[in-house]
Amino acid sequence: MSGSSAMASEAGPLAAAADPKAVASATGAEQATRTVEVDSHTINFGPQHPAAHGVLRLILEMKGEVVERADPHIGLLHRGTEKLIEYKTYLQAMPYMDRLDYVSPMCMEHTFVLAVERLLRIEDQVPERARVIRTMFAELTRILNHLLNVTTYALDCGAITPALWGFEQREHLLEFYEAAGGSHYHVNYFRAGGVAKDLPAALPERIAGWCRQFPKFLEDLEGLLTENRIFKQRTVDIGVMTAEQAMEWGFSGPCLRASGVPWDLRRSQPYEIYGDLDFDIPVGRHGDCYDRYLVRMQEMRQSLRIVEQCLARLKPGPVKIQDNKIAPPKRGEMKRSMEALIHHFKLFTEGYHVPEGATYTVTEAPKGEFGVYMVADGTNRPYRCKIRAPGFAHLQAMEVLSKGHMLADAVAIIGSLDIVFGEIDR
Amino acid sequence: MADIQSLMGAVTAALPQGKAEIERGAELVLRLPRESLLDAMLLLRDDPRFAFEQCMDICGTDWPEKPLRFEVVYNLLSLALNQRIRVIVATDAATPVPSVASIWPCATWYEREAWDMYGIVFEGLTDLRRLLTDYGFEGHPLRKDFPLTGYVEVRYDEERKQVVYEPVKLTQDFRNFDFLSPWEGLTTLPGDEKVHLNRIEAPKPEEAKP
Repeated sequence: MSGSSAMASEAGPLAAAADPKAVASATGAEQATRTVEVDSHTINFGPQHPAAHGVLRLILEMKGEVVERADPHIGLLHRGTEKLIEYKTYLQAMPYMDRLDYVSPMCMEHTFVLAVERLLRIEDQVPERARVIRTMFAELTRILNHLLNVTTYALDCGAITPALWGFEQREHLLEFYEAAGGSHYHVNYFRAGGVAKDLPAALPERIAGWCRQFPKFLEDLEGLLTENRIFKQRTVDIGVMTAEQAMEWGFSGPCLRASGVPWDLRRSQPYEIYGDLDFDIPVGRHGDCYDRYLVRMQEMRQSLRIVEQCLARLKPGPVKIQDNKIAPPKRGEMKRSMEALIHHFKLFTEGYHVPEGATYTVTEAPKGEFGVYMVADGTNRPYRCKIRAPGFAHLQAMEVLSKGHMLADAVAIIGSLDIVFGEIDR
Repeated sequence: MADIQSLMGAVTAALPQGKAEIERGAELVLRLPRESLLDAMLLLRDDPRFAFEQCMDICGTDWPEKPLRFEVVYNLLSLALNQRIRVIVATDAATPVPSVASIWPCATWYEREAWDMYGIVFEGLTDLRRLLTDYGFEGHPLRKDFPLTGYVEVRYDEERKQVVYEPVKLTQDFRNFDFLSPWEGLTTLPGDEKVHLNRIEAPKPEEAKP
């Protein structure tokens, strides 16, 4: 044994010299007879895969390592939110909105609140301070959402550091949530007619301080990802959606803008105080995964601008509508006034009655057009509350996006679409 | 936003079979007969006056007391002209609604959802599987006559080592509070007008604050 191995090692250079010919003849002989199996087979991706961003079950029909068909099975997180809301008063239905897109809770509340205000016909009576607070928190929420998406998307593509850095910033934002609404995540802070309570006195200054350090963080994050060779290899030209395709598949938000459509509801159909604010709409060109990432990065800078403008506009004043049939009276008033006590009791047992009507109210949520189609029948509960989730339309296009791509690209596409199952499954 | 009045005029002129109205001065609603849905939708998408390139949402609503109990609601959006329209068709559990999946491919999932939740059948939809409910689910949960608690509940059976479905057992009866006080329905009692004045009604008069 040892002798032969010594011989082999001695013969090593010689054999190597003779190698090319030998290898060529060997492969030539093999090619004649080798059969490669590339017949399609089906694999089950998820529902407990970390890169599935929740409970996505994806049936992938593969041809070798290439995706032929992708069939998302959704509904594993279906909680019947729409049915439950039909059995709750308008006030009780609010917390359900937080739990839809649990990565951007306040934006979900925002749509619901605007819809109820429209049906109550009080949208003009909401005090200015409440509008500013709601806009500011909607934009903080947008940063919160994009931070999670961009960093975990990078995680899916193999980069761990962005997630570690991004979550530190998210923690600061969630502390603002907690200071404002009393809860770290599912804050239930917005109300029809304003917000639940005023901001603590020190909070605007804390937010301003955070705003000062955030651009530095964004630069660091871009330094990690934007020109990163591996990240670009994983995302450039992957999952390309043309503008026409994006429109017919019902895309909205960053995914639509990445395809080159300059459409933003904050600009084209302004709600709240967006009409008075100064911000830009980043638009992509190629509609691939990389552009979707770039759009989100730029949107965070724009959101920061909006937050700063909101801080400058924050003037003292009431934070909810003065009508005690809709907003509860002050605690101090309740100690003195019988009427205030009755209002409080009626409001938290029976709630307010919303006049008959229907509305489809939309806002530009971080993921796209988030809509609530609400039908009121004059009682204190919504007759129907259909929730239009942007991710629902995006995930549906998974088949078009991933066809012809490798399995690993399917992961990058899911990450770039910003899928959250709370809103898709409802 | 484009001028909603002129849009309504154009829609009424182009689609005389439909009934258009403006809700609360802000949202255009078009009620169409089921048969002309596909033609009308194609027109709404392709006509440069309307250009509704995007179908943002399709959903069902249930009105059990009406003869045609279901409504299918399409929310369309035009990016080019920055306008919205809501198209509504009525149907019942047996009559299919023509599918618009050939006009907007994204309609597939919305129609599957409407089938899942309400049992509305879409004619021409190739993929009529359930979408959101469990595999093997029976019934259509968003119908008004479907109980909130559902009919079955699941638990893991330690003996059989599998998840089992059982009829729902409630330790306390489901309570559905009725806040429509019978007193407020009565208008005949003298001296009871104050109740009606205090209700929030559609065009709310300014209330004098104490």
